[in-house]
Amino acid sequence: MISDASFNERDFLDTVWEATRRLYGEYGASQTGLALITFNENKKTAVIRVSLSTLQQVRAAIASITRIKGKETAVHVAAISGTVKSLKEETEYW
Amino acid sequence: MKRAFADLHLRLNPKDTATAQRVIAKTAQLGYGLVAVSFASETGEAEIANFRSICTKAEVDFASRVDLIPKTRNQLMFLLRKLRRKFEVVSVDCENKEVARQAAKDRRVDLLNFPSLDYRGRFFDWAEAELASNSLAALEVDAKPLLLLEGSARVRLLSTLRREVSIAREYHVPVVVSSGVGTEILLRKPRELAAFASLFGLDEVSALNAVSLNPWTIVLRNREKLRRGFVAPGIRVVKEGRDC
Repeated sequence: MISDASFNERDFLDTVWEATRRLYGEYGASQTGLALITFNENKKTAVIRVSLSTLQQVRAAIASITRIKGKETAVHVAAISGTVKSLKEETEYW
Repeated sequence: MKRAFADLHLRLNPKDTATAQRVIAKTAQLGYGLVAVSFASETGEAEIANFRSICTKAEVDFASRVDLIPKTRNQLMFLLRKLRRKFEVVSVDCENKEVARQAAKDRRVDLLNFPSLDYRGRFFDWAEAELASNSLAALEVDAKPLLLLEGSARVRLLSTLRREVSIAREYHVPVVVSSGVGTEILLRKPRELAAFASLFGLDEVSALNAVSLNPWTIVLRNREKLRRGFVAPGIRVVKEGRDC
């Protein structure tokens, strides 16, 4: 996440849900299986779990986020992996 | 083979070099191999060279682009005659039907851009697509309005884009997805732009082509044309003089 403001995991997750709901509606959002696994407030990184079949939708929803708690923010997908273990190996975000 | 990504539409102020440096460095960081910066038609060689050096420092390929906003068909022809050889990418903002039709059939035009908010001013219908498919023009979709619009305005834009992209695919008109932004915070990774493209009906491969293969094809084709000795596609002057 790129932002000058600080926010907690609740703010982040609410924003991702809201972005998904705006783009795909409540029915579409319910199919994503979105869940937060970890959130690092200092590094502004998060690991989320989604259903593989809705990966592109969630990626688009995350890319559509321009604000969190009213502050300008950009959220980028750093890596995608099938397991948390390989994600740990792939990224430095843990 | 690894894809090389391109963003053909960065709107940067030529006078604000500090912002330009930050934005271009960010595009390189996000994984773009090529960026095209949009200039005004009266931009001098020095400003273009300045951006080229900024891009070289950031290790990203640079292409100069001009956005033409003609009011009439004749004005478009005049601007194309004047500017085609000065810029690597020529985009036309089609504000009326007369301009849109001429832009679609003119082989000097690379990108067709339509206003995002004026839905009656979007003339990309089957006739436009047929003309564009016979020339070399591609349909450009900017991500910026998709990021900034909300509610019904975004719904209408997505609906219009879905219809236009469907027509473009039917007539084999390439689609190019660009950012159209001038700030770091609105820049998105190429795969995120491709995910946006899925919102208006492009499948995964076509969406990735819209941010990689299609823009690169335009730039490489034009670089070949602008190179000294170019005669026609596949024909070049390799040697001149009496000993030929």
